[in-house]
Amino acid sequence: MFKIVAREEMARGTIVLNEIEAPLIAKKAKPGQFVILKANETGERIPLTMADTDPEKGTITIIYMIVGKSTALFKTLKVGDSYLDVIGPLGKATHLEKLGDVVCVGGGTGVAVMHPITKGLKAAGNHVICIIGAKTKELIILEDRMKAASHELRVCTDDGSYGFPGFVTVQLEDVLQKNKNIKLCVAIGPVPMMKFLSQLTKKYNVPTIVSLNPIMVDGTGMCGGCRVSVGGKTKFACVDGPEFDGHQVDYDELMKRLASYREDEKRCMDEFCKLHDAK
Amino acid sequence: MVEKPVKKEKISRQPMPEQKPEVRKRNFEEVPFGLSPEAAIKEAERCLQCKNPSCVDGCPVSVDIPGFVGLVKEGKFTEAISLIWEKNGLPAVCGRVCPQEIQCEGKCIVGKKDEPVAIGNLERFVADYERRNRKAPMPTKAAPTGKKVAVVGSGPSGLTVAGDMILKGHDVTLFEAFHKPGGVLVYGIPEFRLPKEIVFSEVEGLEKLGVKLECNAVIGRIVSLDELFAQGYDAIFLGVGAGLPTFLNVPGENMIGIMSANEYLTRSNLMKAYKFPEYDTPIILGKNVITLGAGNVAMDSARTALRLGADSSKIVYRRSRAEVPARGAEVHHAEQEGVEFHFLTAPVKFIGNAEGRVVAMEGLKMELGEPDASGRRRPVPIPGSEFTMETDLVIIAVGTGANPLLTQSTEGLKLNKWGYIIADEKDGKTSKKGVWAGGDIVTGAATVILAMGAGRSAANSMHEYLTRGW
Repeated sequence: MFKIVAREEMARGTIVLNEIEAPLIAKKAKPGQFVILKANETGERIPLTMADTDPEKGTITIIYMIVGKSTALFKTLKVGDSYLDVIGPLGKATHLEKLGDVVCVGGGTGVAVMHPITKGLKAAGNHVICIIGAKTKELIILEDRMKAASHELRVCTDDGSYGFPGFVTVQLEDVLQKNKNIKLCVAIGPVPMMKFLSQLTKKYNVPTIVSLNPIMVDGTGMCGGCRVSVGGKTKFACVDGPEFDGHQVDYDELMKRLASYREDEKRCMDEFCKLHDAK
Repeated sequence: MVEKPVKKEKISRQPMPEQKPEVRKRNFEEVPFGLSPEAAIKEAERCLQCKNPSCVDGCPVSVDIPGFVGLVKEGKFTEAISLIWEKNGLPAVCGRVCPQEIQCEGKCIVGKKDEPVAIGNLERFVADYERRNRKAPMPTKAAPTGKKVAVVGSGPSGLTVAGDMILKGHDVTLFEAFHKPGGVLVYGIPEFRLPKEIVFSEVEGLEKLGVKLECNAVIGRIVSLDELFAQGYDAIFLGVGAGLPTFLNVPGENMIGIMSANEYLTRSNLMKAYKFPEYDTPIILGKNVITLGAGNVAMDSARTALRLGADSSKIVYRRSRAEVPARGAEVHHAEQEGVEFHFLTAPVKFIGNAEGRVVAMEGLKMELGEPDASGRRRPVPIPGSEFTMETDLVIIAVGTGANPLLTQSTEGLKLNKWGYIIADEKDGKTSKKGVWAGGDIVTGAATVILAMGAGRSAANSMHEYLTRGW
């Protein structure tokens, strides 16, 4: 059993942070790696990239958006409650080295995934420019932590309610135009966002890493459910990733595959909401 | 008075009572019900009690087959299970999934003229009888040796090593990467062929003997082998299986509705997607299902598809019926349930709709040419034989490879060119001191009983090392 020791709701309760006791994972986990969580006996195995780890305290932090029944179920867990199963650390760690000027772009809960990578890039001696975005002010998460993890932070909102108005792509283009020395872009967020950011960095010839979160079952290379096409080759996100060359990923295929179980997910969520509302 | 020699009345092989095909193809209950005690005794009477029994030679773990069959004949079922346990810790499993027709039963002398003695069904009967009645004494453990053993993977080979080593007096921890123990017995083999309750009961038996079970432990990630040694483990057995699915590299393979048998079966068996939405994991409910391949895993997939409501379930295999690698009973059961077999047929590409869902498979007819490296006649495409088959779910069951997750992160472990661990055939020793390996991660995908045989040899060698040295 993996106990929740701290919990925080963000973005009007649509995003939740859990700090979970998992000392062995906390000791081994590196930025970019993920865990698989299962809430209870009947639950699904859900992969989530860690937002933080505290090896001394023996905890890992995950941040998730409520998108379906499983994450809605996670949301019902309070401090002191436990996940039945947490498996990890899985996937390859981010390759962190000193390159010079780097830019990290995060959207939605991708900001959470970006957090340890940003910290790692800064610790490796890079000058880190960070761009985070969301639809509106209340949906911006981890602003303080990202400020601390980077040298320069730009916050954007689609509706202009906070920070720079418009998409993160606008700010990224501004950065790329002003600074011709950007050595790397790390882009993490919704698939369309990663697709457009990668198109942009390709134009400027800036190497780009994206972190993918396709449908997965085991997370150890056994099922192939998470396969993605990268440079025309099939890769397993769980063991070959989750990070890939953003210029090589077939995002359209990924978006289609993510919709594999949409009907089932909706049915499951509706039933869960009915039950939950009845309580 | 001289007794008249009684001419023995010929008894024919006792049929295994089972669910009717038209009923069972829509449920996940086990197909055979098991023999009654009367039928088991009658079947046991068919055994000739050979002085030099070939059936035992056919058994990878050398179970005393005439011995236990003789006890069944006398109605001594509890004594029979104790005798089997001396060689085989998982008889309820083996009685169900062993390929008896090419092992014990294939060698049975009765089988030369008649049907062989139903050794598998008898083994299953004895194991089930004991699970229901719990009369046999627990095997006795040797005095503690103070040595610690780590077993990585809780499939057939790992369970065998854990059972053997705990009885030899060692302190055993069994590590499993999934959230439930049993390996392929739980994620791979469906409920209707091997009820999970049986596997969990075997694992509980090991826990009662003192084996410590650690699930959710991905060795190589959460802890390395060298760290296990540093933690005080004296010997490590690797039985991590061959869990890397093979895909075909055919155009359109990444469409929605095309998945590996590993994924399909793991969703259904381990995650219980067949009980969706009571269980949260979904599975694609295909109406026109194609399974590519003709091994046991393919049969399991095609039969699972029927149980999940398929109108048609097809096995598409590029070779002919003679080359089908699945157990005879599985092919028979699949045919009875209405699985269609399309031999000498291979996929060329998949066709999808705008959403990226598969709607059809384009295939090609084959004919058999010259024998290939495997000794089987190579299938050769017949030009111009292209055809299209409608489908909404394609399951790829053409085999598995070595999963590199653990082996890549372990220094000093020699692998062959396919990534399998190189281990001594006789005792399972690897190139790394204190580390043994067995089962599919050494041989490539094989059977439960071969993995158990490898586990047995490794356990003997590990015991020798722990008591005498490398």
